[in-house]
Amino acid sequence: MKVLIVAEIKNYTMNFGPQHPAAHGVLRLVLEMDGEVIQRVDPHIGLLHRATEKLAENRTYLQSVPYMDRLDYVSMMMNEHAYVMTIENLLQLKVPIRAQYIRVLFDEITRILNHLLWLGAHALDVGAMTVFLYAFREREDLFDCYEAVSGARMHAAYYRPGGVYRDLPSKMPQFQPSKKQSTSEINKLNKNRTGSLLDFIEDFSKRFPTYVDEYETLLTDNRIWKQRTVGIGVVDPDRAVALGMTGPMLRGSGVEWDLRKKQPYETYSDLDFKIPIGKEGDCYDRYLVRMEEMRESNKIIKQCIDWLRVNPGPVISNDNKVSPPSRSEMKEDMESMIHHFKLFTEGFHIPKGEAYAAVEHPKGEFGTYIISDGANKPYRLKIRAPGFPHLAAINEMTKGHMLSDLVAIIGTQDIVFGEIDR
Amino acid sequence: MSQSIKKQTQSLKSFFKKKMLSIDEDKGEITITFDQKNIIESLRFLRDRPEFDFKQLIDLCGVDYQEYKIAAQDEKRFCVVCHLLSLSNNQRLRVKVFADDDEFPIFPTMTEVWPNADWYEREAFDLFGLMFVDHPDLRRLLTDYGFVGHPFRKDFPMIGKVEVRYDPTLKRVIYEPVSIDERNNVPRLIRDEGTHRG
Repeated sequence: MKVLIVAEIKNYTMNFGPQHPAAHGVLRLVLEMDGEVIQRVDPHIGLLHRATEKLAENRTYLQSVPYMDRLDYVSMMMNEHAYVMTIENLLQLKVPIRAQYIRVLFDEITRILNHLLWLGAHALDVGAMTVFLYAFREREDLFDCYEAVSGARMHAAYYRPGGVYRDLPSKMPQFQPSKKQSTSEINKLNKNRTGSLLDFIEDFSKRFPTYVDEYETLLTDNRIWKQRTVGIGVVDPDRAVALGMTGPMLRGSGVEWDLRKKQPYETYSDLDFKIPIGKEGDCYDRYLVRMEEMRESNKIIKQCIDWLRVNPGPVISNDNKVSPPSRSEMKEDMESMIHHFKLFTEGFHIPKGEAYAAVEHPKGEFGTYIISDGANKPYRLKIRAPGFPHLAAINEMTKGHMLSDLVAIIGTQDIVFGEIDR
Repeated sequence: MSQSIKKQTQSLKSFFKKKMLSIDEDKGEITITFDQKNIIESLRFLRDRPEFDFKQLIDLCGVDYQEYKIAAQDEKRFCVVCHLLSLSNNQRLRVKVFADDDEFPIFPTMTEVWPNADWYEREAFDLFGLMFVDHPDLRRLLTDYGFVGHPFRKDFPMIGKVEVRYDPTLKRVIYEPVSIDERNNVPRLIRDEGTHRG
């Protein structure tokens, strides 16, 4: 006798990550699938949790600056910016105008850096390899700017409470001839590095719009790209606000909100730029918003270069309780010597109080909240990471989509685990 | 800017009157402290009334005031701090609530007011051991599977309590008490001198 077994098809559970190339780091998703359709997503995060906030409670204010680089490790200087701004608010410290312009310049360089990585990774996830290679070619030039100004390609620790660590260098570092590269090849590589850092950035800002055109040729009207992104992960504006979305995720849904315009910090109120917003709130609109943002950032960079060329001045506050005195002052002046010693052994103290300051990070609103009890270390530091509420919303964004769309949605959220897990 | 902050403080004062415990304005930021009792109702007012319109919960975090009790309401230990943002009025507000019991801190959940409070409350539960009543899914979020304790409490050591290693005889990863000592090169110092600016 034959027994006929009719299998009843039920939902099944599937693991996505933590070691998955499209998981952008260490994301583990537990998916409940009905066939190929996602019913529920349960993200398991914390695999990169380093307790930055707890560490900062045990370090002086200055020692925590490099930790900020390692939060969102693709937009390093912006993290530092929010942190030093909170300290400056608590101390009511004035930042010299030149330092403000340098910060804006490097904020926008960082925005381009971040968006290039997002673009490359997002396109690669969806299946377009070439964009990744193009994007990383330009990122290399921007890393050279980071290196010229701070000595480090990525983890700069360049922004300091009261300004920036040092002024822009007057000479751009150059490639040296070696056994592998002939002098003529080296000369070719050094062509745009003969002048100052500002000359190099200016040269980049002239080239950059054509690069964005290149990426757009590859993607914007590409049929496959559109099939994978149009109508995927739609968030309507009210829901985006309720879910705590900020930055391009919010603007992609058509909400005009940008801290650079609405609550301007540093010198953004004097600069001319536009805020691109989307209409449909899907992955494609968020892509368009970010592409436009890169062009706007490039405009801001140009304005900053023009200003910085003609306005020399101090780049860090002269309040020696917070910022170190110059080397030459230290050789001459006993008080400067004491200041320097106290600053780097004990650190500076922040009066009792609390403050929250936020910047328009490439991913959204990045803020830090510091409670001070008057000590040389924060009593409590809370980092408001923009990616955290975005990832929390992934269940809502993916419900009813196919498994392959999940990858596009992770890509559009611009997930970086350094900041989500902290 | 300071004008609008004053106006906002006034309107909050006149609306909440006795429903709030205190309101404080410092360096352009407003902090309002609520009682546990009618917190959810007050938060709803903050969200829905057009003069406040705090539609977005920017951040929610726990704070342990164990070593800094003078700053807390009635020297209580645990506190939840919310940062709210109103897009239409372009204003920010900080809301504080303290737990009545230091041993077993309980808070009402804010997930019904702002849906993104979900993960923030899970994080606060994980790191500080704050209990959110009626939270739909109060699991640990950031720490390891099977983690014991609440690492961001002030009485939890910075180096942790356990360390892991692979044991070749047992052929699995095992947990042991930490073998390192806490290192602190810069002592924590509170000084009033030298902090005044001039």
